[in-house]
Amino acid sequence: MNDEHISVEQQRYANWLSRGARSGLLILIVSFLSYVFGLIPAHIPLEQLPAVWNLPAGEYLKLTGSPTGWGWLRMLGFGDFASLLGIAWLSGCSLLCLAVVMPVYAGRKDWVFVGLCVVALLVQILAASGILTVGH
Amino acid sequence: MPSGVFVRLQHAGGMLKAHVVFLSLGLTLFAAGAYAADALPTAASMPWWGWALALFVTCFFLGIVAVPSGVGGGVLFVPIVGGFFPFHLDFVRGAGLLVALASALAAGPSLLRGGLANLRLALPMAVLASASSIAGAMIGLAIPAAIIQIALGLTILGIVTLMSMAKKSEFPDVGAPDKLSAALAMNGIYHDAARNEKISWHVHRTPLGLLLFVGIGFLAGLFGMGAGWANVPVLNLLMGAPLKVSAGTSSFILTLVDSSAAWIYLNKGAVLAIIAVPSVIGMMLGATIGARLLHVLKASVVRKMVISLLLFAGLRALLKGLGIWP
Repeated sequence: MNDEHISVEQQRYANWLSRGARSGLLILIVSFLSYVFGLIPAHIPLEQLPAVWNLPAGEYLKLTGSPTGWGWLRMLGFGDFASLLGIAWLSGCSLLCLAVVMPVYAGRKDWVFVGLCVVALLVQILAASGILTVGH
Repeated sequence: MPSGVFVRLQHAGGMLKAHVVFLSLGLTLFAAGAYAADALPTAASMPWWGWALALFVTCFFLGIVAVPSGVGGGVLFVPIVGGFFPFHLDFVRGAGLLVALASALAAGPSLLRGGLANLRLALPMAVLASASSIAGAMIGLAIPAAIIQIALGLTILGIVTLMSMAKKSEFPDVGAPDKLSAALAMNGIYHDAARNEKISWHVHRTPLGLLLFVGIGFLAGLFGMGAGWANVPVLNLLMGAPLKVSAGTSSFILTLVDSSAAWIYLNKGAVLAIIAVPSVIGMMLGATIGARLLHVLKASVVRKMVISLLLFAGLRALLKGLGIWP
């Protein structure tokens, strides 16, 4: 480890990424175990999954009445959707990291990297928004 | 015989045994996988937990070989699980992205703190690759699975060629940095523990590197694979970053690229927890073991085994897509 050569923003990014990744994995494992051990009811019974997991995503959604976009948030009471919380957390934890390094770049008047962080954030938010919809 | 020589011979024998045992184990698993297409019970005859367990075990072994061979787990996951498990390719690609993302997130903090991943080098590349990965994911979910299988097969065969032929340069010879990388201060210093010295580096050919990252991001989103196989050659051979910085920064770039594409799969309902979570956990546990075995295993042997495995999986994907080996 060679801290003196690591920039403040890189250290800060690493710290937040570490928190995000660890908490995300914890959420993922706890929610998944609750799902497969039946502590939380499942929207699609586990024993019926082998009959539908070979279908394209679009057909699967239609057949099982599962939601698209952020609709899964309304179904967190079901184990199969509760498990998606950890996945969404892991997918989104870079947003916080980008947000916390922007003030460091701004304080140094490094406007190019402030701009890059803003664009990176917008790309992530656009992807997460569910606005972009296509399918089979 | 002097005792020192005897001890060294014993040690060498032990290493050889470890290689043989490991390789036998791996080859048995993969040979079993090869015959699985015919021998495995149908989806209806095997319970859900059997598949989840098989997925966990497969990913555990893939995680072990991924680290010493220097490829990401995602690139192994999609063709192998897509070829030999009953899940639709939409769900396999969704899970593949999460496997690659979770591995990158787990490694990211220590790579950043150790200077082996560099934020200034990564961010410009990651922004472009993230945007194109969204396009790749959207197109991948819009076109028929058979076409994706064919394209996946051809891409995997291309990766095999790249892995077989591409050279690596631990410390590439870089002249003056180009104007763009100089303006963005894409340079750094890291401590190389193996040499116990500080290595100063900078890069060149940044515009071409940025352009290639657009294509890499697209492929990552399209196939749901991590893109370390492409990131590292571009950063190392084209742009001239030291090999360790290239590998570390590549892994960090995946935290942004794969998360963009993962959102598209999640929003389209192409992520099933029963497929994604055992894969992520299995791969991460395997990678932990793989990292510990790094000093015991001969990386070149494992790498050759992985190339053979990818060749087989690539042919399988291609033939499956063409309907020759359904």
